[in-house]
Amino acid sequence: MTTTCSNTSIEPLQLGPFSLRSRLIVGTGKYETWDVMRDALDASGADAITVAVRRERLLDAEGRSLLDAIDLGRYTILPNTAGCFSAEDAVRVARLGRELLTQLDNPGKDWVKLEVLGDKATLLPDPVGTLEACRELVADGFTVLCYSSDDPIMATRLRDAGAASVMPAGSPIGTGRGIANPAAIAIIRDLLKNPEHGGDPAYPLIVDAGVGTPSDVTLAMELGVDGVLLNTGIAHATEPVRMATAMRQACEAGYHGYRAGRIGRKLYASASSPWTGVVSTIPGE
Amino acid sequence: MDITVNGEAMQLESPLVIRELLERLGLADRPCAVEINRAVVTRDDHGTTVLADGDVIEIVTLVGGG
Repeated sequence: MTTTCSNTSIEPLQLGPFSLRSRLIVGTGKYETWDVMRDALDASGADAITVAVRRERLLDAEGRSLLDAIDLGRYTILPNTAGCFSAEDAVRVARLGRELLTQLDNPGKDWVKLEVLGDKATLLPDPVGTLEACRELVADGFTVLCYSSDDPIMATRLRDAGAASVMPAGSPIGTGRGIANPAAIAIIRDLLKNPEHGGDPAYPLIVDAGVGTPSDVTLAMELGVDGVLLNTGIAHATEPVRMATAMRQACEAGYHGYRAGRIGRKLYASASSPWTGVVSTIPGE
Repeated sequence: MDITVNGEAMQLESPLVIRELLERLGLADRPCAVEINRAVVTRDDHGTTVLADGDVIEIVTLVGGG
């Protein structure tokens, strides 16, 4: 009998000029301590991590900051425009992030996770502002990873505007409700990646936000997306480091599960053991 | 001379360049990006860009985020 070596390697995730070993991108927000964050980032296996741009505190700038806590040589920093409610502010914040990462000599200076939010309660993206900011940042030379709702047509608009990746939310930021509409994510996958629908298999699609559990990550990956970006699901877990490990494993499981080709769903059962040679009496036969 | 720094009013007796403002605020040695009137001023220009009356300045850094 010949054995074939099963393919268990994971291809790098290509996002514009950025090539990531891990398909999990994790955030650095909401951790109880810097030490827990550092260990969770390590356990997640991520090589890109998101950060936010905020005002320096002018009165009490002392104390350990994020930049003291992370190994800038190890991670590609992905600055976000979280907290922006207009295209103009998002473009400003993206440029401030680029200036900071230029000073830090981090490769992340040339990309941005674009968020233009519509409202503070839902944190749902403002599609009009997002599209406007995306166009402007692409024209300014950024690699734009674009947070979006799970609207398939919006995803194609952002791709057409030059986004290096479209990142639909599984569900609203921080809700932990997982992939609220798997059909929408599957349609986005087809529109962006399936040539029969005008897509390009190499175009990267990332699920960003709302992911609460490892099974959410696996489901997203089994839907054929290229990566998952999450923060709260790890940072607010009872044991963040253990959850980070589980999220990494879940991402790998979903990656292989999608590519391995799942069986079809059937209404009736199909025995795994042969009927030939059974010693029992079969009802009706 | 009145300027606004990170949303707070500040008075300067004499004109300063950005680098001097950062030194005064104890931020000169930290990585921080500076914006004057909504336009980024890169670090290379901190030593030569003079603040003007009415300038609105933002000084930002990176923090944890998702």
